[in-house]
Amino acid sequence: MSNAVSALDGATYQGFCKVQEMGLVGMITLRGDLGAAAMAKAVKAVTGVAMPGQGAVTTGKGGTVAWMSPDELLVMVDHAGADAAVAKLSKALAKEHALAVNVSDARAVFHVTGQAAREVMAKLSPADVSALAPGIMRRTRLAQVAGAFHMLDEGTFEVVCFRSVAGYVFDVLANAAKPGSEVGVL
Amino acid sequence: MSTRLADHGRLIDRSKPMNFEFNGKRMKGYEGDTLASALLGAGQTLVGRSFKYHRPRGIIASGGEEPNALVNMGQGGRFEPNQRTTTTELFDGLYATSQNHWPSLEFDVGVVNNYVARFLPAGFYYKTFMAPRAAWKHVFEPIVRQSAGLGKVPKDRDVDTYEYFYHHTDVLIVGGGVAGLAAAKAAAASGAKVMVVEQTAHWGGRTPVDGGEIDGIPAADWIEATVEALENMDNVTLRLRMQGSGIYDHGYALGYERVADHTPGDGRPRHRLWRIRAQQIVNATGAIERPLSFAGNDIPGVMLAGAVRDYVVNWGVSAGDRTVVVTNNDDAYRTALVLKEAGLEVPVIIDARAAVTSPLAQAARAAGIRVAEGKGIAKVHGGKFVTGVSICAQAGEGSSLEEIKCDAVAMSGGWSPVVHLWSHCGGKLIWDEVQAFFRPDPARPPLSHDGKGFVLTAGSASGALGLSDVLTDADAAGKAAGKAAGGKAGRKAAPKAAAEVHQAMEPVWIMPQGASIQKRMKMWLDYQNDVKVSDVQLAAREGYESVEHTKRYTTLGMATDQGKLSNINGLAVLSDALDQPIPQTGTTTFRPPYTPISFGAIAGEAKDELFQPIRKTPMHDWHEEAGAYFEPVGHWRRPYTYPKPDETHAQAVNREVLNTRERLGLLDASTLGKLIVSGPDAGRFMDMMYTNLMSTLPVGKCRYGLMCTENGFLSDDGVVARIDETTWLCHTTSGGADRIHAWMEDWLQCEWWDWKVHVANVTEQLAQVAVVGPNARKVLEKLGGMDVSKETLPFMQWADGTIGGFDARVYRISFSGELSYEIAVPASQGRAFWDALLEAGEEFGVMPYGTEALHIMRAEKGFIMIGDETDGTIIPQDLGLNWAISKKKDDFLGKRAQLRSHMVDPDRWKLVGLETLDGTVIPDGAYAVGEGVNANGQKNVIGRVTSTYFSPTLNKGIAMGLIKHGPDRMGEVVDFPTLDGTGTVIKARIVDQVFYDKEGAKGNV
Amino acid sequence: MLTLHCPNCGVMADETELHAEGEAHIKRFGPGSSDEEFENYLFERKNPKGVHFERWRHVAGCGKYFHAARNTMTLEVYGTYSAQTLAPPKTLVNAIKKKHPEWEGWA
Repeated sequence: MSNAVSALDGATYQGFCKVQEMGLVGMITLRGDLGAAAMAKAVKAVTGVAMPGQGAVTTGKGGTVAWMSPDELLVMVDHAGADAAVAKLSKALAKEHALAVNVSDARAVFHVTGQAAREVMAKLSPADVSALAPGIMRRTRLAQVAGAFHMLDEGTFEVVCFRSVAGYVFDVLANAAKPGSEVGVL
Repeated sequence: MSTRLADHGRLIDRSKPMNFEFNGKRMKGYEGDTLASALLGAGQTLVGRSFKYHRPRGIIASGGEEPNALVNMGQGGRFEPNQRTTTTELFDGLYATSQNHWPSLEFDVGVVNNYVARFLPAGFYYKTFMAPRAAWKHVFEPIVRQSAGLGKVPKDRDVDTYEYFYHHTDVLIVGGGVAGLAAAKAAAASGAKVMVVEQTAHWGGRTPVDGGEIDGIPAADWIEATVEALENMDNVTLRLRMQGSGIYDHGYALGYERVADHTPGDGRPRHRLWRIRAQQIVNATGAIERPLSFAGNDIPGVMLAGAVRDYVVNWGVSAGDRTVVVTNNDDAYRTALVLKEAGLEVPVIIDARAAVTSPLAQAARAAGIRVAEGKGIAKVHGGKFVTGVSICAQAGEGSSLEEIKCDAVAMSGGWSPVVHLWSHCGGKLIWDEVQAFFRPDPARPPLSHDGKGFVLTAGSASGALGLSDVLTDADAAGKAAGKAAGGKAGRKAAPKAAAEVHQAMEPVWIMPQGASIQKRMKMWLDYQNDVKVSDVQLAAREGYESVEHTKRYTTLGMATDQGKLSNINGLAVLSDALDQPIPQTGTTTFRPPYTPISFGAIAGEAKDELFQPIRKTPMHDWHEEAGAYFEPVGHWRRPYTYPKPDETHAQAVNREVLNTRERLGLLDASTLGKLIVSGPDAGRFMDMMYTNLMSTLPVGKCRYGLMCTENGFLSDDGVVARIDETTWLCHTTSGGADRIHAWMEDWLQCEWWDWKVHVANVTEQLAQVAVVGPNARKVLEKLGGMDVSKETLPFMQWADGTIGGFDARVYRISFSGELSYEIAVPASQGRAFWDALLEAGEEFGVMPYGTEALHIMRAEKGFIMIGDETDGTIIPQDLGLNWAISKKKDDFLGKRAQLRSHMVDPDRWKLVGLETLDGTVIPDGAYAVGEGVNANGQKNVIGRVTSTYFSPTLNKGIAMGLIKHGPDRMGEVVDFPTLDGTGTVIKARIVDQVFYDKEGAKGNV
Repeated sequence: MLTLHCPNCGVMADETELHAEGEAHIKRFGPGSSDEEFENYLFERKNPKGVHFERWRHVAGCGKYFHAARNTMTLEVYGTYSAQTLAPPKTLVNAIKKKHPEWEGWA
């Protein structure tokens, strides 16, 4: 429906990095045997992306697929296309023990952009962001809540968290990007 | 008196004067000063009063070990007590006041304690305040509270910001003196990622003060060149003003960076707490000089010899014009030489050693300084400042041989390696007989996750005191750390300095060794807590043999400086009193942080709005705009009620209840947990999770279910819907979604991993609205879409469809007893759906209601609430929920526990309704009392209230409670004594817990 | 502040991403068990000073449970392994035994 809005409706903050809520993003939790041929085939059919390996995230023309745990993927597609993608995956995996669920509205997505984007993340997560590179999905803690992030390029992090704490995550990201709080090491 | 010299002062910029204020007096210092050097430079020798006896105190040290010179720093939102002047960088406009005195620093009433000091020995408080209790409350406590404490408690909210930074490195080097720099150079050469942190604003540590040459160039030049080389390396991070504060398990270290203490209000975070993971940590933390214990060693003007030297060389400040040096080792001679070179008088070097022939002593003699061998100080003369010393034989009892006029005393009792960080995480120490100090035992380092040592020491922190030894040791440590962290082995030679010849120090724990009790009562060990040699000896006489007990009894080392100066001297005195060697006495436990760190740094960004995450539903903004009064439910904020401007909360709640029962209420139920359980074995799994038989629930139907822990206790409840052949949707309590999700995953991953079940938490995917009241169907029909009639969608069924154009899943369930639909829509459309309901509902009298109205309506219907009727010790049977416990199942979580003898005890309190005889409301948590008294003479308790409300529907107080044999006592009256002091007893009749619409007619329409 | 290697997602996880879940390899006793068996299952825990087997959950990570063999005294981690086992891997037990001959062993 046209009256759908994301948690923060595209809020932005410009500090030494830019923090932007990315609006509505289609997201599907896909549980099942990631080693099964049918699973790889279904994922490829919906997103055009090959099955990512442990901890990896790959993007294709139809969407992005992230390895979330040994039996879970996060499939990112257009928000409007999420329900259709769920249906397509469910149908393709009908014979498998698998579960596809639309979780688009249960999430919020942010981009943190800037030369020192790693520093913003390193203020909030105990993960070693200095060792991160595009293609790696890291599920971790963002200050006091769970979250996940990966790098789109050297200067951009894509951050995913739960919708209910979108305001909190935006605020801690913005706070971490406050001018004057540059650390100067990453 | 102390003063600023015309020359010297390598760290200050005399072209940049700075003004500051101390105790209302305007003073001048220079850029590069510490507050301590600026105070001394301004002639302020007296800077505080001691904790117990309020004795006048001056600056004694030049670094973080300073026990005396603590001040209240700043004002208003930047006020902070107990700040060390020696580690406070001067800035223009600095404002400080001295502590622990009244009415003024110069004239302090509390000093009366000093005159009765012999009546206030160690353990005085413990001995005196034993009894009677009344005396403590009315006499002792007010006095102690008035006179105790150091700085004041801040009154205003901290205006500064703080943050964390998580950093990962191969090698962390703590300390940026020559040892730290040499270790860094060696470690960096291995290719490892290296970080060096230095707590002061300067690299090089003490070496620039002491001079010497490294690799053929002056030490200061070597330091500059090394820092520059390290700065240019990609794998090295250098950080000033950052203390390695603590070392913890598995290579975790805390770095306390004082980003903007010296530039307050410049917009940067004041402190940054670095949470560092290092594979290897090198402690290049240096050494701390020990005081000597002689009578009057706390009088302002008595300072550590190394500090006296630092003030001259670093800041161009002299402690006095005539300084007596007293020592038991060679190092203090450097101070005498520096003072002499600066044109100041050194009337005598008093050396406890019998014959001193070392090169440094010869140099002193050559400079014309008298050396008195085998001597000690019998007594320091003076009160608020030093006027002279009496010399005595160290071997004797303290008869004065001669009196020497002076205005400062520079003392050195030897140096102790800073072993704190080594010890934080389990590194062991050994006693070095030659140097008389504890040093790290390299064979017993702190161990990491791989069982291998992860901490090394470098330089003085290892116990190496000469420059040459320091460099050799530090280079080896750096190479070892780099290699252990995965770098390549280093081949470069260590930096070199000329070897020095020293004469061994001689341990001196009391000066003179046979000092009388009168003298020992004036020998300070712990300056901040006023612990003297006599106190430790008293503790030993009274039977305190453990060093940890002695510490607590005497308070030795318990002040904010944590005994950095007093520890070893205190241990030695205790060992002597116990007639045992020092290593047998051992040390007290070293705990992080190394020096106090700010609460702000510990909290990081978690203050004000960011104190904790607040979870918000898609309709949260509407609630806020509507003036909702929120209550926390887990991290959620839910509207408790929506008071109108002229309403009390109670009035608003009553209005919401009545409106819902009579017309139409809306509840934001989005916080309810929603878990999808799916798979071929999902039915079997559901039967294990719930006490009910869930596998037989037909598709399209709903069932209220209970979940218990393996203890049998009721843990969560909610309505379960069967979605399709292999899928169930479980509603949990608002606070319970994550907990129950984890609980399900636990059983699936760790017990029944061969069961084919997936669980997905879709709580936040859906916004959920309860549409409740006689008009509920009307508003949905007005919005249009799916058929919500009684026939198509009867009670306890659900259906998918559209409502007003919204994709919706509608559950015919009721927690209020009214006609009720709970409608789930995608969260992104939650607000729009809420708005649509409000608009369409206007003609039907729609009003939102909050959690309190929800609670009242469920209590009127006798429905239980997790957390009210349950408290982790309640089984479903206590609540009369036997109907929800399947008898057909062999097993479910909690079943076995519910068969235990205590669980089937007929005397367990059981849930009933309670109706007060006079219609009043029983206070929350009230207990019911029965006949007789217990062994303590208290009335026997026979039950308690679990939920109690004023029911606007029934216009009287209603309650539920757990009562012994309750269901068998219907109609009986029980007593609930109130605790308001009036002795009032509320009488309530035991009744059925369903107060309203017992037949369920209202909801079934 | 421990770090444990999560065998499920391969991350070296900070303790603040993890949740401790108590002793590992506890055998469940349900209906039909004796009072003593059930009491042992519910309440009796080893709590040793030394080698211990624990359950952990990578809660702020992949969300999966795993087992860890750890020394409660020295904090040494001997290894982490799948939660889907009834006993620690033999190789791990042997390695621990080799390191600590005095250890009573896995039982």
